[in-house]
Amino acid sequence: MNMTLEQWLYSLPVRFRSFLHRRQVDQEMQAELRQHLDQQTRENILKGMSPEEARRSAVLTLGGITQIEQQCRDARGGNFLGDLMQDFRYGFRQLWRSPGFSVLAIVCLTLGIGANAAVFSWMEGILFRPYPLVAHQDRLYAVGGIVQGQSNGDFLSWPDFIDLRRNCTLCEDAFVTSITGSTLNIGDHAEVTTGSIVSANYFDVIGVRPILGRGFQPGEDAGSNSHPVVVISYQFWRNHFKGDPEIIGKTQRLKNVPHTIIGVTPDGFYGTFVGRAIQFWVPACMEETFHGGGYKLEDRGARWIESYVHLKPGVSRAQAQEQISALGARLQNDYTATNRGRSIKLWPLYETPFNHAGELLPILEVMVAVVAFVLLIACANVGNLLLVRAFVRRHEMSVRLAIGASRLRLVKQLLTEGLMLSAIGTAGGLLVAYFCRHALVLLLPTGVGAAMYLPGQMDARVIAVSVGVCLLVTLIVGMVPAFQTRHLDVAGPLKADSSGVVGARGRAWVRSALVVFQVSLSFILLVGAALLLESLQKIRTTSPGFSTTNVAVTGVSLVAAGYDIPRASTFQNELIDRLSGVPGIESAAFAAVTPLGYMTYPSSPIAVDGYQPAPDEQPEIEYNRVGPNYLATLGIPLLSGREFARSDDENAPLVAVVNRTMMMRYWRGQDPTGLRLQVKGRWARVIGVAADAKYESMAETPKPFFYLPLRQDSSREPELNIRTTQPLQSTSAAVLREVHALDENLALYEIISLQEQVNRATSPQLVAVTLVSILGGLALLLAAVGLYGVMSYAVAQSTRELGLRMALGARADNLLRLVLSRGLGLTAAGVLFGTVMALALTRLLGRLLYNVSPHDPVLFGSALVVMTITALSACLLPAWRAARTDPARVLRS
Amino acid sequence: MSKPSDLVQGTLDMLILKILALEALNGWAISQRLKQISADVLGVSDGSLYPALQKLERRGWIRAEWKFSENNRRAKFYSPTRLGRKQLEKETAHWNRVSTAISGIVKLKEA
Repeated sequence: MNMTLEQWLYSLPVRFRSFLHRRQVDQEMQAELRQHLDQQTRENILKGMSPEEARRSAVLTLGGITQIEQQCRDARGGNFLGDLMQDFRYGFRQLWRSPGFSVLAIVCLTLGIGANAAVFSWMEGILFRPYPLVAHQDRLYAVGGIVQGQSNGDFLSWPDFIDLRRNCTLCEDAFVTSITGSTLNIGDHAEVTTGSIVSANYFDVIGVRPILGRGFQPGEDAGSNSHPVVVISYQFWRNHFKGDPEIIGKTQRLKNVPHTIIGVTPDGFYGTFVGRAIQFWVPACMEETFHGGGYKLEDRGARWIESYVHLKPGVSRAQAQEQISALGARLQNDYTATNRGRSIKLWPLYETPFNHAGELLPILEVMVAVVAFVLLIACANVGNLLLVRAFVRRHEMSVRLAIGASRLRLVKQLLTEGLMLSAIGTAGGLLVAYFCRHALVLLLPTGVGAAMYLPGQMDARVIAVSVGVCLLVTLIVGMVPAFQTRHLDVAGPLKADSSGVVGARGRAWVRSALVVFQVSLSFILLVGAALLLESLQKIRTTSPGFSTTNVAVTGVSLVAAGYDIPRASTFQNELIDRLSGVPGIESAAFAAVTPLGYMTYPSSPIAVDGYQPAPDEQPEIEYNRVGPNYLATLGIPLLSGREFARSDDENAPLVAVVNRTMMMRYWRGQDPTGLRLQVKGRWARVIGVAADAKYESMAETPKPFFYLPLRQDSSREPELNIRTTQPLQSTSAAVLREVHALDENLALYEIISLQEQVNRATSPQLVAVTLVSILGGLALLLAAVGLYGVMSYAVAQSTRELGLRMALGARADNLLRLVLSRGLGLTAAGVLFGTVMALALTRLLGRLLYNVSPHDPVLFGSALVVMTITALSACLLPAWRAARTDPARVLRS
Repeated sequence: MSKPSDLVQGTLDMLILKILALEALNGWAISQRLKQISADVLGVSDGSLYPALQKLERRGWIRAEWKFSENNRRAKFYSPTRLGRKQLEKETAHWNRVSTAISGIVKLKEA
């Protein structure tokens, strides 16, 4: 019915009235009908009927009042909102009437949408808006140094940062943070707290106002250890000072230096480091106190700064990068000695190279795909359920069509029901996500997880995306049955529905297709989980190049106890001597950095006689500073020469040990023992070659690396490595005893095995495996429910056919096999599609896989086995029911 | 899906418009007039009259007003709109064309 504009204008008041005064219009209609009856009755009385007879006759000629009223409403037609309200009421009654269906559908959607919302909230809280209370995070970018030709970023030096801040006209401002920590003595135990070394403009740029006291003042970051002031976090203030309102001006010892507390940050501010809740902030001038290793604010070669810039509104990252690259090139020219081959780079927050965002990004990327799959599987389930119901309700639908409801109206009704389901599912899903917002930390091994802070963020953006997902789901699940109304006709319910679904095609194909779709998606997830599991297995069992058992790592907080370097050296020698006398301890050695620990290795430009670098190449190699016997203690094989001895001290000639890859690259495989190596501008003699090992990550490929003696290169607090045959507990007690024998006031760090260190280093892989396994299991369960639903429905619909077959001589096991083979047929089709898609998709796992081919046939095979077993169990009950069909009863009915 | 009573329904709309074009009436009066005119041939039940009125009102062809009837009772009186009169002219012309054609054919057969 096409309406002309004029007609539309005429009818507008009627429409408005029937919407705004729905009740009144209804009442008028009733009054009108009543009047009709009265008048007819009077007329009938005039014709000579008795009053009762007259009334009855009037009612009879008019017909059923209620039907007429409903028909009038239908004829008046609704308007969008009015219909919607009616549909909602009607839909609610429908859902209420079949609680089993509703609960199942809502649980499916809650899980599906909840998984999505949880991942969204993690992405928001960890990657996109990781820093609560920090202003303009949409314009916030990480800035760091980068060696040309390499992809992983590192730090800036303070002078480089100052130049950046001065010259970047596209930046609103820039600030420095550098993660640090301090051991606090609280009563009788020591506790490590995480802090940040920041530039004085830090709080101003991020727009965080201390709730007590002040932030830093300009110039407070200048000088050497000149401003021992600290801003503490709200939690720190609450937990350690019991919320003392007079806290400002009091002092807190950090790294054994008394710091004046000048401010307290607001509740809910956790600093700017993904993965940690920062507890205190000190100005950059205090860097030396916290990190040791000399005064760095004037040293362009000392790179320790994590920094961020706020770009000006409307400036793109590419524009800013262009300007910053130009600055990097200028610095290269002006300061060749320190900046050759280096540039400066901008990263979006989610790719920040110097916190945990970088390692969580690939996991969360994969998660987005995984939860999308789970959601699609859930949708397929709900779609299937709705289809069954649409079939049950086709009578009702036909009748409504017959009395003049338009098809669009029916589709609207079905969509409304879909919307109600998905809205409830979304509400539930958001609750699930809210409860899971801190769950990421729980997936980490306890040692790492306890200190980590990885919050999900349930902000307006996450909710908006979830609502978007909800609408999408509504469309998907609502359209499935709506699509089916195409086949509906008025005569439909009258015709017998010949439904032999076990053998038949027809309407069942949509449901079968949905099941195949579900099976393929969950098969892909199974393959993904299998690949990640295998990868984790490989990464954990691969040899890191040092022994992981029998080696314990700990540390002694010498800096905090006020030791200077000579005194620390003496202490270290004495402790090693004492430890070598402890039964069970085979050897012990100090090292500046533990392999696979959270500290990064320093690197140095090097030169080698006879090695000619390319014109724009400045070889720069990472190194570690280690004490005597380090290689033996860790079990790193020595390939030639010797390792450091105690005699390699500050008075002896400079020496170095290189690794095998370095030998291959810079000496073309010739044993360099006795040859020269230039490190940081000074020549050292190579005295040995060590085997390759893993240094920073289990997934890294062999890279050049060398060692310098601890005594010949000033170091921060070194870590203590102990090779022992004793369990950790007794080793810890023995070490503490020896440490206290030397100095009662020293505290020992946590003691862990190197295996634990490996486990912590591979925790991102563990998180990925755990998440994918949980979600893969969920997907499998949903797919099994889907398969079960389709099979049992098929069996229920074809009891007549089954009974007939039985009557004609089919045995119970024939029917069992018939149903099972149909279920397995669907599964096989799903697995086939799933395999094709998985072959294309598993490459996306790339960065998370270690030494595992994304097309590993064995792993595909094991996924197939799991899928088949699941499918069989899902079909077993329906098949059993089919086998128990009683032909006599069926044929009688 | 079929609409078996298309013709009758279309005709009903036209008849109602025609009746109302002569005089504004309430529902009951329309039903009485319908019976008189069509001598019950069309078999319009009183029940189907009201939905038809609602539909016509929604289409903007008739408007309804509450007025006092002859015996001083408030009743809903329907009258055609300008648009409704135009529609009636169109329908009548169409009807005349069709019925002339049909009766022509019917006579042709008889001859």
